[in-house]
Amino acid sequence: MAALDAFRSETRAWLEANCPPAMRTLMPEEEQVAGGKKATWARPEQKQWLERMAAKGWTAPTWPRQYGGGGLSPEEALVLEEEMQSLGCRPPLRGMGLTMLGPVLLEYGTEEQRRAHLPRIVTGEIRWCQGYSEPEAGSDLASLRTRAVLQGDHFLVNGHKIWTSNAHLSDWIFCLVRTDPAAKKHEGISFLLIDMDDPGVRPRPIRLISGKSVFCETFLENVRVPKENLVGQLNKGWTIAKRLLEHERKGIGGIGARAQARFETPMQDVAKHYVGEVDGRIADPALRAQVAGWQMKNHAFQLTRRRAAEAAEAGAPPGPLSAMFKYYATELNKDRYEALLAAEGVQGLGWEGEGFTDDELRITREWLRSKANSIEGGTSEIQLNIIAKRVLALPD
Amino acid sequence: MPMILSEEAQMVRETALEFFRERSPITALRKLRDDNDATGFSRALWQQMAELGWTGFLVSEDHGGSGFGVAGLAQVMEAAGRTLAASPLLSTALLGASLLDLGGSADQKDEYLPPLVAGEAILALALEEAAHHAPTRIATTARRDGAGWVLDGRKVFVLDGHVADHLIVAARTGGGADERAGITLFLVPGDAPGVTRSRTIMVDSRNAAIVTLTGVAVGPDAVLGPVDGGADLLDRVLDRARAGLAAEMLGSAEEAFERTVQYLKDRKQFGVAIGSFQALKHRAAQMFCEVEITRSAVMAATAALDENANDAALLASLAKAKASETLYLCGNEGVQMHGGIGMTDEHEIGFFMKRARVAQATFGDAAFHRDRYAALSGY
Ligand SMILES: Cc1cc2nc3c(=O)[nH]c(=O)nc-3n(C[C@H](O)[C@H](O)[C@H](O)COP(=O)(O)OP(=O)(O)OC[C@H]3O[C@@H](n4cnc5c(N)ncnc54)[C@H](O)[C@@H]3O)c2cc1C
Repeated sequence: MAALDAFRSETRAWLEANCPPAMRTLMPEEEQVAGGKKATWARPEQKQWLERMAAKGWTAPTWPRQYGGGGLSPEEALVLEEEMQSLGCRPPLRGMGLTMLGPVLLEYGTEEQRRAHLPRIVTGEIRWCQGYSEPEAGSDLASLRTRAVLQGDHFLVNGHKIWTSNAHLSDWIFCLVRTDPAAKKHEGISFLLIDMDDPGVRPRPIRLISGKSVFCETFLENVRVPKENLVGQLNKGWTIAKRLLEHERKGIGGIGARAQARFETPMQDVAKHYVGEVDGRIADPALRAQVAGWQMKNHAFQLTRRRAAEAAEAGAPPGPLSAMFKYYATELNKDRYEALLAAEGVQGLGWEGEGFTDDELRITREWLRSKANSIEGGTSEIQLNIIAKRVLALPD
Repeated sequence: MPMILSEEAQMVRETALEFFRERSPITALRKLRDDNDATGFSRALWQQMAELGWTGFLVSEDHGGSGFGVAGLAQVMEAAGRTLAASPLLSTALLGASLLDLGGSADQKDEYLPPLVAGEAILALALEEAAHHAPTRIATTARRDGAGWVLDGRKVFVLDGHVADHLIVAARTGGGADERAGITLFLVPGDAPGVTRSRTIMVDSRNAAIVTLTGVAVGPDAVLGPVDGGADLLDRVLDRARAGLAAEMLGSAEEAFERTVQYLKDRKQFGVAIGSFQALKHRAAQMFCEVEITRSAVMAATAALDENANDAALLASLAKAKASETLYLCGNEGVQMHGGIGMTDEHEIGFFMKRARVAQATFGDAAFHRDRYAALSGY
């Protein structure tokens, strides 16, 4: 305990000295740092902050030091997170390398793969994207058709991925490919790491309902992938694929626990601003009930996350609770934006230009973005299927 | 505020689960109902509960209790909720004990608490006067008469009111309608002259009564807590009752949910278990989530009440609101997913739906607590 307290005060002092003031402000979505060779910097402090954090390995706090990580215990990592939140520090780096691929390489990768890829994720040098979904393989992911054929020292890959987030800004893609078309659908899949510098990899951005292009169609045409880039065994990729999805869902499940929540205006204050107050209360009782209903649901959900964390710390195996987090957090996040839009009235429905504040325009786009939460990483319906099967043991 | 059970609480939980399963299954409630039992619960069972120490969980050691706390009592109430066990846990072990322990004078504690802990005295809080929970909307009056007081008024939905040895009556000694100031609590013998009690038969087959007070004279020592200042004591005790009842409702919701999931596995239609139909699977998975969310709220609320935390009232409202919504969901879905058999009196699932409705209305439904949560949060 004393050691942890000492770590906390050291950490706070270091953050205070090293986190530039500009990085202690609300981070607009377009200023998220995801690294990679195509990275652009809206301000120099972003780069400075990333470099300082990466030098300590604190972009990946719990990864072992030999791979560039921070080597922190889970308790220390929590302290770091808490101190960053209390100072309002922006996350220095985000991305699928940190939250999804890294943990999987630590578990299933060879020593060479870890040494080759993990340090470059920690520093943000390489940006990764996820080549799972295909036009005919979404929820039914295991029916994917992208083919990889082993030819001597390399695989030859041909196929068509879709909804590949940020593929056009990424350097490498981790892909699920079919390596045995004769086997049952879960048994012929392999997990490959592919360098997108290969001219056969062509991402084409797709425009989203929010007006942005954050995902792509990715065409793979006669792409040559060295044999060493196979993770795990040939045709045994499905286990790894599922493990990565667990990490992805855990990440999405944390969506309500926003790192920078302190900069956000509480929902009740937004409501008061737009509909007025009577005796200090939101003037419209129906909106008041909607806001309170949302806050209570969120409150009880955050308590549930804490309960699961405490049980895990006490050594309980990851219980049935974790199965509900992705589903619950994403539905809750959608409800949040619905309530904000309800509060803002027509001010929440502007698209661009005059008559709307930046915050209003931002919330409109975030409302649209939130609709993807219950689709990406496995839809809500798929999460409910998982609860019914794994937790409730209901028959197929 | 811990979100995992202490070892002691875990032991109480296991004892209580076994106790109610063995000694007070739902057949016991059915029998009380069918026999038109005048008491509405089994005194022998209550005696055994007292022997296990549960009546003393909210009573300090000086008066024969253990002071084990709300979180501990919540384990017992949750277990009782699983079998819909009828007993004076809420009226006496929770409300009566808390009102006396937190608000009673030394003499009152000496007089009333030991028999309560021994399982000999039943208490009832006579609070509500209208169809909806409104803890300050009190028209019952108490006027000074010499050194004592005279009470007049009509109370409804008094839990265990018809069998209580003592009533704790909330009356107006000052202030206007719905004002917090001017509420005073009085200890009134259940058989005092001028008190008439008529039992109301509720849809959940549990106890409640209408109590009328006509010129009921009591001495100065009948005042429980401060004159005109009863609202604060009531708030504190009601929050315990809301959290405790939420625990009971959590137990009922869990049981209704688990029985329903079991039925989904057992019942076959179209040649397969009905639990293979996705329309039912998804609704079952949603119930699972709501039960877990409710459990977290109940644990946080009971722990906060024991610690006298600043957010104890907020959490009590959260717990009662969530438990109300969740038991309502699990009761209704339970009946629907059982099909025709769920509509029969012979099957037990309907008991949960009936209990849900009454428990929801007790000490504030979800809408009441949503509004209170908003008010406590400054909006
Ligand atoms: C913003 C965003 C980013 C994404 N990023 C990536 C990425 O980087 N990489 C990547 O590989 N993929 C990505 N995805 C794809 C995502 O994983 C898929 O969209 C998702 O798995 C659903 O597949 P689908 O779109 O084919 O929908 P479908 O599977 O066709 O689903 C359509 C509807 O049918 C329902 N449905 C399907 N099967 C069942 C079933 N068994 N039971 C009940 N209902 C069912 C679904 O729930 C949904 O409502 C992203 C998606 C979004 C929206």
